[in-house]
Amino acid sequence: MSERAFRIWRGTAAGGEFGEHRIDVDEGMVVLDVLHRIQAKQANDLAIRWNCKAGKCGSCSMEINGRPRLACMTRMNLFADRETITVQPLKAFPVIRDLVTDVSWNFEQNKRIPPFRPGPKGSDGQYRMHQKDVDRVQEFRKCIECYLCQDVCHVLRDQSRKDAFVGPRFMIRLASLEMHPLDTADRIPAVRKEFGSGFCNITRCCTEVCPEHIEITDNGIIPLKERVVDRFYDPLLWLGRKIFGR
Amino acid sequence: MLNVSEIQTFEHDVLVIGAGGAGLRAAIECSARGLSTGLVCKSLLGKAHTVMAEGGVAAALGNLDRRDNWKVHFRDTMRGGKFLNQWRMAELHARESPDRVRELEEWGAVFDRTKDGLISQRNFGGHRYPRLAHVGDRTGLEIIRTLQDHAVHKGFGIYMECTALDLHLDAGRIAGVLGYWRESGRFVLFRTRAVILATGGGGRAWRITSNSWEYTGDGTAMAYEAGADLMDMEFTQFHPTGMVWPPSVRGILVTEGVRGDGGVLLDSRKERFMFRYIPEKFADETAATEEEANRWLAGDKTARRPPELLTRDVVARAITQEVSEGRGSPHGGVYLDIASRLPAETIRKKLPSMYHQFKELAEVDITRQPMEVGPTLHYFMGGVRVDSDTQMSTVPGLFAAGECATGMHGANRLGGNSLSDLLVFGRLAGIGAEQYVKGLGAAPRIDEEQVRSAVRRATAPLNRDAGANPYVVHDDLQGVMGRHVGIVRTEAELLSALKELDRLKRDALGVKAPGVSQYNAAWHEALDLRSLLITAEAVTRAALMRQESRGAHTRLDFFGEREEWQKVNVIVRKAQDGQMETRAETRPGPPRDLAAIAHASIEDLEAGRV
Ligand SMILES: Cc1cc2nc3c(=O)[nH]c(=O)nc-3n(C[C@H](O)[C@H](O)[C@H](O)COP(=O)(O)OP(=O)(O)OC[C@H]3O[C@@H](n4cnc5c(N)ncnc54)[C@H](O)[C@@H]3O)c2cc1C
Ligand code: SF4
Ligand code: SF4
Ligand code: FES
Repeated sequence: MSERAFRIWRGTAAGGEFGEHRIDVDEGMVVLDVLHRIQAKQANDLAIRWNCKAGKCGSCSMEINGRPRLACMTRMNLFADRETITVQPLKAFPVIRDLVTDVSWNFEQNKRIPPFRPGPKGSDGQYRMHQKDVDRVQEFRKCIECYLCQDVCHVLRDQSRKDAFVGPRFMIRLASLEMHPLDTADRIPAVRKEFGSGFCNITRCCTEVCPEHIEITDNGIIPLKERVVDRFYDPLLWLGRKIFGR
Repeated sequence: MLNVSEIQTFEHDVLVIGAGGAGLRAAIECSARGLSTGLVCKSLLGKAHTVMAEGGVAAALGNLDRRDNWKVHFRDTMRGGKFLNQWRMAELHARESPDRVRELEEWGAVFDRTKDGLISQRNFGGHRYPRLAHVGDRTGLEIIRTLQDHAVHKGFGIYMECTALDLHLDAGRIAGVLGYWRESGRFVLFRTRAVILATGGGGRAWRITSNSWEYTGDGTAMAYEAGADLMDMEFTQFHPTGMVWPPSVRGILVTEGVRGDGGVLLDSRKERFMFRYIPEKFADETAATEEEANRWLAGDKTARRPPELLTRDVVARAITQEVSEGRGSPHGGVYLDIASRLPAETIRKKLPSMYHQFKELAEVDITRQPMEVGPTLHYFMGGVRVDSDTQMSTVPGLFAAGECATGMHGANRLGGNSLSDLLVFGRLAGIGAEQYVKGLGAAPRIDEEQVRSAVRRATAPLNRDAGANPYVVHDDLQGVMGRHVGIVRTEAELLSALKELDRLKRDALGVKAPGVSQYNAAWHEALDLRSLLITAEAVTRAALMRQESRGAHTRLDFFGEREEWQKVNVIVRKAQDGQMETRAETRPGPPRDLAAIAHASIEDLEAGRV
């Protein structure tokens, strides 16, 4: 057991400041454990979101020493013994209280995406898909909606272009639908126009922070951008693919 | 005096409380049937417990072994539940789960595939054939996301981070629900003709649990307060394999999929101890030697199943005994070894989130080292008593589905049978609610005085000048349940628990939440205490009443299953005087055709002779 120093941002949309805490930390603890201990002993009303404590639900996103992370998967031994640990809410979204932010914008984006539309079933009443054809889609579907990628994407974070770009999370959601072997809807025009694929300039910051290690940029956004390019700059190629299969 | 008309109010035909698999599926059904539907949940959408489910969803699709069908699934479920399941529920579940799983595929779910391109299935404890449709070890995520993405286009009301506090009745029927927004602390009133509870279990009354903060037994407690019967509360499932080290992750689940894919349990001498714990009833269908178990794993259909895949109650008790007899691992568990059974690449592919979880939280590489595991409180078989076909509780207009309802799993749930339960009974609850709402005359009315007193009770912890710390009371409760109401129970222990619960109930009435009502964790904790205490007391009293050992309920002072207890369910209810009463209620006999299936030999079933 050792005593560690924490600085935790406390406040609301109206403003706030860092609270200083010194707290005993046991072997094997993650940052979320320490925050819970602080909550139980020193700051009873500290607002935090969490659910699974195992990196599966994407609730405990926050910025720890300046980097967007899941608090439940951030082990204390990541930090040097004397290092003060600074914890802040996600910056790309408006704060509600303390470490809790208003992420409702993301739910609105999801709702705008045209839903899955499957083709007809096979003659035996079953759908067939082969594993190799769904590996990529399954990679995208690992997303736990932690929004860490949204938090680091400069288009949302620094340029505040939430009006124009849905962000990496929803680019891969779009990709997972577009690459779904059973889906028949066409979202490519919307990917460019409504969802703003052109705003992404492939900095890969999103991929770097994804706790699910999804290759957001290389496997998701770039192929989507290619489909957009094919469609709008090489419509004949697209038509050919449409007719002769992908 | 508080003016009720100033409380923000919504009106619906049906309010679904809980947005896990059961709640989402129920809400989708209600809205598809034209009911004005609302869905409330304590967390954000998509974060409910269902998201954490790992191993898979059980359905007799027969994609890997064509001998599988609903009858075998039904038989496995009854045997796993030690014949205390509601026969009709186990039947409906086994018959309908394949359609519910295929329906998810139609809504966009992408399960792992067989070589023929169909939904793949894996082995799990107590299931005769590979039956669990899965996506690696993140099946729950796939299911909740599919339902969520389907639901958001259906146009019903979704109220996130909104906690329901009390059910309100009009002449004994459901009339509304009072809740509060976690974000602002403001109250909100739902006027509604029917309520579907889908709030999950109450594992947070224990310290070592796989459950998240949401599992405080709210639905169970709200139903109890509204006068509904609870049933089978003594059956709390301890999952045999939770993490044990480091202390801060103690209880976090290690999926049964590890054993389904070949993982073995070892004691400190590296011996596969499960061969020593095979119950007589299962001996015919369990491998006798390691050699036979290995052949089964390799696909030999004449070999029998390894004993690591016995039902959870058996495995959890075996681990407890190994540890108490001094053959445990350094941190008080046993070893679960997959490293020496599968190539590293396969482990990472089939169990990615287990690999990740151990690597990041315990610094253990499961492709090279064994895991240390021990039992963790995981699931409530008990809960709100419902009609098997309509899912209506004993309170008119109040329905329940998913983990907060009871009847489907009897004395012990098989892995994978929960996710399928959510889909089957979520949907049926929606249908039940539609029938009820359509048959209802005038809209029920909410009693304003009731609402005022509920608001006063809820705000007391904020308004009081001083009082106990709610976190400390919760911690105290967890200690009590861990000490006295664990895997093995005795009358003396249970009586001590009741005494301590009395003390805790008094403490809980005087807790203080400092600060304002906006997103105040201490206040939320203070409000959850009531549900936790009701749930804990119901478990304890039911456990005291059932004088036998069956499934997940083990009494050291009443060894083994007793014939007379097979014939009854323990019912818990709030009596007229406000005290908790328990009674043993005789079960109706099973329909003859179902009994024949459940007691048939596997050979007869496979050959279609039953
Ligand atoms: C780690 C883990 C792994 C598991 N793996 C499997 C598996 O592989 N296969 C399987 O079949 N089962 C598995 N289970 C069990 C299964 O996941 C759960 O039993 C199931 O998901 C419960 O679903 P539900 O819909 O009943 O409730 P939940 O998904 O728990 O949802 C409960 C909902 O109710 C809401 N709620 C609760 N109280 C209130 C209130 N007062 N007001 C408003 N809303 C409220 C919550 O916010 C939440 O939305 C696993 C469980 C765990 C913990
Ligand atoms: S790669 Fe694109 S989406 Fe990702 S952070 Fe950079 S700009 Fe944003
Ligand atoms: S893509 Fe990765 S970082 Fe982005 S929300 Fe999903 S899991 Fe989080
Ligand atoms: S609590 Fe679920 S991801 Fe951290």
